Amino acid sequence: MEQAQLLPGTLDLLILKAVSLGPLHGYGVLLRIGQITDRALMIEQGALYPALFRLVRQGLLKASWGTSENNRRAKFYELTTAGRNRFREETEGWNRLTSAMAAALAAQPEGL
Amino acid sequence: MNLSAYLRSVAAKFFHRSEVAEEMEEELLSHIQHRADDLERSGLPRAEAERRARIEFGGREKYKEEIHKALGGNLIETFVQDLRFSQRQLRKSPAFTMAAVLTLALAIGANAVVFGIMDGLVLRPLNVPQSESLYGTHYGDNPAWQSYPNYLDLRDRNRSFEGLAAFSMVLGAGLDTGKNPTVANGFAATGNYFDVLRIHPYLGRFFHAADEHGPNSAPYIVLTYGYWHSYFQDDRGVVGRTVQLNKHPYTIVGVAPPGFQGTLMFVSPDFFMPIVNQEELVGINPNDRSNTGGIFEEFGHLKPGVTPARAVADVDAVDAYLEKTYPKEIAHHSTVLGREGLTSFTAGVRAFVSGLMLLSGLILLAACANLGSLFSARAADRSREVALRLALGSSRKRILRQLFTEAVLISLTGGTVGLLGSVMLLRRLSVWQPIAGAPVHLPVSPSPELYWFALVLALISGFLFGIVPVRQVLRASPYEIVKAGSSGRVGKRVTVRDVLLVVQIAICAVLVTSSMVAVRGLIRSLHGNFGFEPRDTMLAGVNLAMAGYSGEKVPAMQRRMIDALQTIRGVEAVGLVEGYPPLAYTAGYKVSVFKEDAGDLKLANAEIMPYRYDISPGYFAAAGTSLLAGRSFSWHDDKNAPAVAVINRDFAEKIFGSVTGAVGKIYKLQDGTHVQVVGVVENGKYQVLTEDQQPAMFLPFLRSPIAAAYLVVRSHRDPQELAAVMRSKIRELDAGLPAGTQTWSSLLETVLFPSRMATMALGVLGMMGAMLSITGIFGMAAYSVSKRLRELGIRIALGAKRTEVLQAALGRAVKLLAFGSAAGLLLGILATKVLAFIVYQATPRDPLVLAGVVLAMALLGLVATWIPAQRAMSVDPMMLLRED
Repeated sequence: MEQAQLLPGTLDLLILKAVSLGPLHGYGVLLRIGQITDRALMIEQGALYPALFRLVRQGLLKASWGTSENNRRAKFYELTTAGRNRFREETEGWNRLTSAMAAALAAQPEGL
Repeated sequence: MNLSAYLRSVAAKFFHRSEVAEEMEEELLSHIQHRADDLERSGLPRAEAERRARIEFGGREKYKEEIHKALGGNLIETFVQDLRFSQRQLRKSPAFTMAAVLTLALAIGANAVVFGIMDGLVLRPLNVPQSESLYGTHYGDNPAWQSYPNYLDLRDRNRSFEGLAAFSMVLGAGLDTGKNPTVANGFAATGNYFDVLRIHPYLGRFFHAADEHGPNSAPYIVLTYGYWHSYFQDDRGVVGRTVQLNKHPYTIVGVAPPGFQGTLMFVSPDFFMPIVNQEELVGINPNDRSNTGGIFEEFGHLKPGVTPARAVADVDAVDAYLEKTYPKEIAHHSTVLGREGLTSFTAGVRAFVSGLMLLSGLILLAACANLGSLFSARAADRSREVALRLALGSSRKRILRQLFTEAVLISLTGGTVGLLGSVMLLRRLSVWQPIAGAPVHLPVSPSPELYWFALVLALISGFLFGIVPVRQVLRASPYEIVKAGSSGRVGKRVTVRDVLLVVQIAICAVLVTSSMVAVRGLIRSLHGNFGFEPRDTMLAGVNLAMAGYSGEKVPAMQRRMIDALQTIRGVEAVGLVEGYPPLAYTAGYKVSVFKEDAGDLKLANAEIMPYRYDISPGYFAAAGTSLLAGRSFSWHDDKNAPAVAVINRDFAEKIFGSVTGAVGKIYKLQDGTHVQVVGVVENGKYQVLTEDQQPAMFLPFLRSPIAAAYLVVRSHRDPQELAAVMRSKIRELDAGLPAGTQTWSSLLETVLFPSRMATMALGVLGMMGAMLSITGIFGMAAYSVSKRLRELGIRIALGAKRTEVLQAALGRAVKLLAFGSAAGLLLGILATKVLAFIVYQATPRDPLVLAGVVLAMALLGLVATWIPAQRAMSVDPMMLLRED
């Protein structure tokens, strides 16, 4: 399957989406993104972490250490209230943008 | 997030730095483990799975850095990281660190000391209120010297100054509190002195203009704080007490505030007395307009809106009027205004201090060049480490920042050590009495400016030498270096390091040349021809005014002293000179001389202005001055005999054309006296060693006796023993007469002081320059030998001769040394033109100096390349080839 480059700024939204479905550790976030995007988007594994730390610092995610399904210590991330609100706003914003973009790109010469 | 929350998070990150880092590491590793688990499940062996997981993850270092950035604590945090890393790096190579810190400490210390001196002497104003508008004049018949009536006229007629005060120096007054008579130095000040300065007494009161009622009418003195503290032990009861000053009663009216040491920067008087009382104390008649010895300097605050240029024009106008009114007494030169405190010495001190600043700046530059090449060599040695870090994803910016942190860490440490040393040295300098018996001191003390100066200097030099390896790092290609190792190319190209080394050696050669020129100049001035022979000559300064003599009792007592000293066993000749002998305390007294037929005796018509000395019979024999023609004086040349003079060769040639033709000729003095030349003596130095040849005349002292004089005694006896006998002889004549004895050579210290200081300073700077170039050449040679050990080993194995090996190893270092030395020598020769102002007979065109510099540089090169050369020669090819 062909993989698409991530648009700038979309990684944060993807992470929020992934975590909104339930607490996840870093590798889990990566797997979940792969799962929900049908592996259409390519993320370098390490690049995930600066984004995760940034979201925690912005107060959108909170992190706690726990034990993973592989029985390993791992840091789990979940949405905070602020994170949930931001996720909603961003999703709406994104939908508006994509529908506008889709409409714009679908426009035909005779429609003008 | 608001600011305080942000700061708190930064602080939290900052303080829990290592915790955060550990946690981060653990999380990333956990990720890799999870990925490896998945890969293992898909059938890979565990080891392979883990390897694959790591590769897939990407550059861990890079992501960690990005996380740090995301965390916001980045700047401080990376700085702290860099700092720790630098510390570890530096601790790993203590020799390098020590050498670098020490080099910088010396260079910055030297600069800080010179800056401290400059700050104290040139930059800092006099310690009085509103000193910025306080200007002093050099007005007068002779620069800086001026008569009291002229001062009064200028004070009352000028329109530029709010008030004009004046002072003169009273050196060596006998001060007697009733139990412990001592010699003290003071300022004779006009009544408005303290009011013009706008200062207030610490204790009691000052004297004021209202206290002056004509000559000798104000018997009051004010003590300086320092003198009151050390001599009167802070006794507050001294105010109102009467002391004897040269046997005259004076009342102590007050104590000046601490920190006020008169109006001459490097003179610290013990007391202030009214200038109207100068006559009874030192015999200067205040009403004599032609006596230019009465006033040293005049000063005052300029009125608001008056520029120094306008004030100069104003003073010139007053002076032109005075010159027209009193043509016999005044010949106007030109007025110069300067900031009060240094006025008459401004040019000399400025030149000296800026010369020193320049040289110490060069030292710092050499040190930076030195450290720059050390750093660049180090960066080359660490190229493998740098390459690894680059390959692991660290950014070049980060690596450079880390190198700069290292440089700044070293420069700050070096700067701190240097600053501490310089503060200690400056403290010593400020209490130093450079000239025995003279109230001279250097007003230097560490100031906030000094600390800033050192800090800025440290940072600048850190960046200067830190910037050298930048290009190297930017160019480095990690793959090349990891593959090939750091041995690098041995090219013929001129590298930055080569340039730095040449610059450094050139600077060093400049310093070595300057210091050698100065040393040679000093040696020559010590053995030069002064027109007298200071060796085996003892001086006794006797001021009969201190013991209350006056009038005809003065010459009578002086003759009795001469006769008494002549009876001492081993004494060859005794003479007397009024005032000061030549070359003492840079004192000199010039008078105007006219041709015999000159009608109008105004100063503008004067032929020459020779130095004037009033001497006794026997003076020339005692001083060792040789008589070229005619005769010397006898005891018959007194007030009743015709006026006669002995002149020096310069005088004779300028006025009468020749030495032999001068004897018997007649010239006129200012007061119209016809003087017949009876003898001619050799030329000499009179005021300072650097002066051009000056005319001089000697008159018999019996015609115009004054109380202050020096007795000159020539003898081969042990100076200390002789001095004791001389003092006891004088005590036999008058027990209450203090006599200060010293050798003429030691009195020359004063005039030699500037060149001695220059020589000392240059010597120290030259030594530092030499040390720097030794370490520089050593570093370069050692580095090139260690880089090329393998090549040298192969050469030896192939049968190269020792000389060939040496040439291969050190040829470049030696070439650079020769090139740098030649450049430095040329620059040094140019630089010594400046030196000639301070150091007598400083000439670089001296074969001994040239040879000395070449020898010194060669020696430095030899010392510096010795160890690397030994190492190059002892290379064992087998050993080397077995290693890597």
